[in-house]
Amino acid sequence: MHNTRRLDDSAAAHPETSIVDLKWPDDPAEIPDWVYTDQRIYEREHERIFLGPTWNYVALEAELPRPGDYIRSYIGSIPIIVARDQDGRVHAFENRCAHRGAEFCKTYRGSTQRFICPYHQWTYDLSGALMSVPFRRGVKGKGGLPEDFKLDAHHLRNLNIACRNGVIFASRHDDMESLEAYLGPVILSQFDSIFDGRDLKILGVHRNTMPANWKLYQENLKDPYHATLLHTYLTTFGLFVAGNKTAIMTDAKGRHATLCNARPAGRPENDDSKAEIRSFHAAMQLADPRVIQLIPEHDHPWTSNAITIWPNLILLRQTNILGLRHIVPAGPHSFMLIWTTFGYADDTPEMEQHRLRQNNIFGPGGFLGIDDNEALKFVQDGLRRSVPRHGLAPLGRDDEGAETVITDRAIRSMYRHYREAMGL
Amino acid sequence: MQNAERIISNSAPDRARLRELRWLVEEFHFEYAAVLDRCEIERWPDFFTEDGVYRLVARDNADAGLPLSLMSCDGMGMLKDRAYAIAHTEMFAPRYIKHLISNIRVTDYDARTVTASANYIVLETLIDEPTQILQAGTYHDLFAMEGDKLLIKERRCVYDTVLVPNCIVFPP
Repeated sequence: MHNTRRLDDSAAAHPETSIVDLKWPDDPAEIPDWVYTDQRIYEREHERIFLGPTWNYVALEAELPRPGDYIRSYIGSIPIIVARDQDGRVHAFENRCAHRGAEFCKTYRGSTQRFICPYHQWTYDLSGALMSVPFRRGVKGKGGLPEDFKLDAHHLRNLNIACRNGVIFASRHDDMESLEAYLGPVILSQFDSIFDGRDLKILGVHRNTMPANWKLYQENLKDPYHATLLHTYLTTFGLFVAGNKTAIMTDAKGRHATLCNARPAGRPENDDSKAEIRSFHAAMQLADPRVIQLIPEHDHPWTSNAITIWPNLILLRQTNILGLRHIVPAGPHSFMLIWTTFGYADDTPEMEQHRLRQNNIFGPGGFLGIDDNEALKFVQDGLRRSVPRHGLAPLGRDDEGAETVITDRAIRSMYRHYREAMGL
Repeated sequence: MQNAERIISNSAPDRARLRELRWLVEEFHFEYAAVLDRCEIERWPDFFTEDGVYRLVARDNADAGLPLSLMSCDGMGMLKDRAYAIAHTEMFAPRYIKHLISNIRVTDYDARTVTASANYIVLETLIDEPTQILQAGTYHDLFAMEGDKLLIKERRCVYDTVLVPNCIVFPP
C-alpha cells in the first residue's frame, strides 16, 4: 500500500515555476552555487531524487539477523524503520504513527514483536500493519473509532525493498527497475566484489553531522584529484598516489561511479608525480605500520575501491577496511553521515582486530575522515558566505579512458544525470 | 572495569588512601587536559605506559557490544603515530578546545594500579562560530602507579555525543 500524498509538504507548496530564476550555466565544466545552497532546489531533490525513481541504501541484513530485529534508518531525510518479520521477510516503513504523527521509534536498533506508539498505544506489526487501537469500541458503548474505520487502511507508509547479497535498498517509487539494472554491469561487478554472498559481521557504526550539502560528499568520492593532494596519509604510504594504477568508471547514466586503485608494494619513492604533491611527507614513517598493512583477501586487482551509488550510498573498501557511508540529507547546508563498518562472519579473530585497528583511517576521527569532513565544511562555508558564482569541475576530458586520475569526469557525469532528474 | 562496584571499605586508613588517590587522579586529569587544551598533541603519548591502550567509543556501540572505536591505539607506536598525524599531516581548521573533567571516582586500587572513572566535556570553538559541545563522555581508566606517578594503562572514553559534530581532531 502506498500513500499518494507527497511526503514533503513544503516542496508541494512551491509551484514548479518558482525556480525559473535559476539558470544552469552553458559551460559544462561549471556548477552553479545554488545547487548547494537553495532551499527550493533541496526540496525538489528530496521529492524527485530521494523519493523518486532511485534505490536508496537503508540497512545491511546483518543488522537485523533474526525475526523481530529492527534498526532505525532514513530514506532521504525521513526516519524509517527496517525490520525483519516472523517469516524472515524484510520490511521498511516510515517511523511516523498513522494516528497523530509521532516518531515512535527512538532507538538505534533492537528486537521486538510489535511497535507500539507510546502516545495512544496504536500498535503495528513488523511489516508496519496497524494491528490494534485501544478503546476501539469506546467505553460503555460510547466513543471509540467510527464503525467504518478500517485498520488495514492505516498501514505505516511502506517502501519497496530490494536486497542483494545482504544489502538492503528501498524505494518509494512503485515501478522501479531491478536493483541490478539500476546499478548497471560495471558497478554491479564492483559491488559484488565486496558483497560476494558471504555473511557479514557488523563491527560498529559512526555517526556525524556534516555542515555541507549532501552532493559534495558524492562528488568527493568521485574525485580522484583530491585524494592525491588532500590526504597525506594516502600519499605518504602509497595507499593512493597519482602514479598508482587507477581507474574511474561510471554506469551508463553517469550517476554511479567506482574509483579503483591498486597500491604498489612498499612506499612510492620513485613516483615522479610526488613532486607536485605538497602533502607528501618523505620523512614520515609509521612507528606501527599495522594500520596500513594489506592482508590479501580478495582475488581482484584493486586494493581500494570507492563506489558511489546514487543518491545516498558510498561503499568503500580500503586495504582491509570494509564500510558503508549512508548520506541523510538535512536541508541544503547539512547532512548526516552514518558509517557502518563490517567484516565477514568467517573472519579470524586476528582479521577482525586488524580491521578494527585499520579503521583509524576512516570515520569522523579518522586520518582521512578528518581531512574530508573539514574540507567539505570549508567548501560550504565558502558557498554560503560569498557572492554566488559558478564552481568549476574542469579537469580531464569526458572522452578519456578510465585510467586518467587527474579528472573531474565523474563529477560532470553526475551533474548531467542530476540535471535530467531535476528538470534543470 | 566499566561497571566495577566500589570494593573499598569505609575504614579510616582506606578513606585516607582513597582521598590521596583521588587527588593523584585529579592532578593527572588536570595535566592531561592542560596539555590537550594547549593542542600539544605530541606530548599526549607521554601520559601512557609503553603498552598503553586508548579507545574512543560511541555509547551506542558500547551498549550494543560492537567493538568499533572512533580512535584506537594499542601501544606507544600507535599513540605516537596518531599524535604525529594530527600534528603534521591532518588538514583541519584551527580550533580552541577545553576539557572539563569531573565526577572523579576511584573504584579500585592495589599497590601498582588504580581503577577510576570520570566524566568529561570537551568544548570546541572555531573561528566565527559559537562554542559547541564536541564531546560529553566518561573516562574508564586503568592507571599504572609507580610511587606517586600515574600513567594510563588503558583509557576507554565512552561518549554520549554519538552524533559527532563534523569531526573530532584531538583525542578527548
